[in-house]
Amino acid sequence: MTAAAMPRTTPGATRSLKGMLRRVADAAVTPLELDDVLDHFHPLRRGTELRGRIVQVVPETAQSATLVIKPGRDWDGHVPGQYVRVGVDVDGVRLWRTYSLTHGPRQDRCISITVKAIPDGVVSGYLVHRAKVGEMIQLAQPEGEFVLPQPLPRKLLLVTAGSGITPVIGMLRNLFSKATAPATDITLVHVNPSESASIFRDELRAHGAAGRITLVERYDDQHGLLDVSDLTTFVPDLDERLTYACGPAGLLDALEAHHAERGLDLTTERFRPMLVEPGDGGTVTFTNGITLDADGATPILDAAEDAGVLMPSGCRMGICMGCVLPMRSGAVRDLRNGAITTAVPGETGPQGVPIQTCISAAAGACTIDH
Amino acid sequence: MTVITKQPVNPTAHLTPEDIEQLGAELDAIRQEVLDTRGERDAAYIRKIVKVQRNLEFGSRAVLLGSALPPVWVVGTIGLSISKILENMEIGHNVMHGQWDWMRDPKIHSTTWEWDNASTAEAWKHSHNEIHHTYTNIVGKDNDLGYGIMRVDEDQRWIPMYLAQPLWNFINACFFEYGIAAYDLELGKNLSIPKEKRSDAFKANLKSTLKKIRKQATKDYVVNPALALPFGAALPTLAANFTANLVRNLWSHSVIMCGHFPEGVETFEKKSIPDKETRGEWYLRQMLGSANISGSKAMHLMTGNLSHQIEHHLFPDLPSNRYAEVAPKVKALFEKYELNYHEAPLPAQVYSAWHKVVRLSLPNGWMATTNAKNLPAQTKLLWAMTTKGPKVRRAAQARLQQQARKLTQAA
Repeated sequence: MTAAAMPRTTPGATRSLKGMLRRVADAAVTPLELDDVLDHFHPLRRGTELRGRIVQVVPETAQSATLVIKPGRDWDGHVPGQYVRVGVDVDGVRLWRTYSLTHGPRQDRCISITVKAIPDGVVSGYLVHRAKVGEMIQLAQPEGEFVLPQPLPRKLLLVTAGSGITPVIGMLRNLFSKATAPATDITLVHVNPSESASIFRDELRAHGAAGRITLVERYDDQHGLLDVSDLTTFVPDLDERLTYACGPAGLLDALEAHHAERGLDLTTERFRPMLVEPGDGGTVTFTNGITLDADGATPILDAAEDAGVLMPSGCRMGICMGCVLPMRSGAVRDLRNGAITTAVPGETGPQGVPIQTCISAAAGACTIDH
Repeated sequence: MTVITKQPVNPTAHLTPEDIEQLGAELDAIRQEVLDTRGERDAAYIRKIVKVQRNLEFGSRAVLLGSALPPVWVVGTIGLSISKILENMEIGHNVMHGQWDWMRDPKIHSTTWEWDNASTAEAWKHSHNEIHHTYTNIVGKDNDLGYGIMRVDEDQRWIPMYLAQPLWNFINACFFEYGIAAYDLELGKNLSIPKEKRSDAFKANLKSTLKKIRKQATKDYVVNPALALPFGAALPTLAANFTANLVRNLWSHSVIMCGHFPEGVETFEKKSIPDKETRGEWYLRQMLGSANISGSKAMHLMTGNLSHQIEHHLFPDLPSNRYAEVAPKVKALFEKYELNYHEAPLPAQVYSAWHKVVRLSLPNGWMATTNAKNLPAQTKLLWAMTTKGPKVRRAAQARLQQQARKLTQAA
């Protein structure tokens, strides 16, 4: 049947019938909406907020694990090397973090992230040691520019350190899962503190043994810290290769300087541990453009009103939630008990962290949606 | 009850300002203990309650499609009533208090929640969270005291209209959600203002409340009965929805009456509250102005843990599932500071609250001075007070109070 011969309903009619049914359904379940009811039964359905269900937790090393996640139907698909923001309920509190996707597109439509538990890492520690199969997490669509160029270059150098391997393993798995292996000559320099801390060690060695990549393993405890000027000793044809690197800032900085000096192309992916150090007082910026200085003992509500900002308010003692506004970034201190709340773009929820302005004082520069 | 500052012995007279601040610090410590241990267990609790409530609601509505059969009607109506009570009491009221905001889940958050009630979340949060919880039991500031239509305090002057207040109270109980909506709008006060002078805020609130009422009524009385039409159950479904709303209204009204109305719960004078009330002073007012209902776990759940009204008023933003746990500690503080922890089973509290409504519907002292022997004379006096104008009323009132005083002195 040709496209022209296919019976077609007019889009307008479909829309209005669908719209009408939806209105009736919404009216039947108000104050909920039809979407809430559908989510109750099928949280991974098309047309709702993107979520995922953990379907497998695979320990990689003592301090790392791979989580296989079945994403909602609206998952856009990703290119290996990209990352995804995930919202996880840790001790009941929803926290957002970013992790690299460690598989290319898979047959079963699942995605995977590999997480290394960093010291004091609330979310990473939770995902590696406590996350359970069946648990729901929140997802955002994949993002990131750390992807291989198409067509692939003739020679490629990949430099990874620690969990910096995670975007790269996704690239490799994707390349080698294809029917015909790529013609690219790939060298991977994989740096770790020790052999036992090396994520995907056996899988990488298998690729090396099969001749698909040239694997250079460097362990700090055996070889000492990697000096980038030594790269040419393991990669003699360094100048002919396009370099992709992912790892801690120190390594990437050194590599950037090194490559710039030699006039070589370098693509990097940085995992930034963004920290907000709470202080005492700070600049409060409202998204409507007003900026003011608030000290560490004055509620932001009072400081803002003194500066002429029209603020929502209520009881002024922290009980009525009439003054709640989302904080996009920064830190505030609860004046009742000194508790600190921080918001880090990309790490806290997409809508920011709602704070009660009447009992919160600035604990550093903060941006508030208002 | 008379405002505490006019009572013969002020129940707080034995406390020094230092005591009150110390009491505040001890209550803060109890609050902090809960904050420090708040976590996964609590989050799992509210998610489970939401899930159970929705299963119950969707299930009951499905069952009601077959409500042409009377036993099915009974099952569906019981289910829907329980689901509506859970939705309003344990979920809606508490979520809108921000008890679960700490989870940072936008789906269970005070800023996004809307409840199955005629009153809008926005209006409720203002009148309840802000006015009632801040100015609890201050005569003239807390509209929850009698909802502006009843005499709930000896200090309110008696006028004949109050004779009908038991009836008002009963009607208000049956249609409580609309009563709340009207009260959130401060309808009485606003309607007495000429139309052109009413504030824009009131007009906007009125509009959104009417819209909410329309949506609620459309759901319960049009759409769901219409969906049951093919099963021949339109009218039974409509009746089931009406019954469930009635049950929910009567229940929530009873629970809420028990929170602040029972005999012995204190009220406060506006002018006796300092401009800068300290946290300790505020805590003390909450302690004296609330009453608890004792009972089983199921009862606490169905009251939305408002059975722990005292704990709720001290810590309105703590998760409701924790009130039972802090109650013994709070009670110990009441003992330590020699204050009255007001607690009784539901029937006793409901009786006490209704007793007060009836007693205050009559002039001060009338009930105390009436016995079987003088009933005809007293009825005549009441009739005179009702029909013969303010002068007679004032004189009779003075005499009644004198007699009542003599009775108490004699006793």
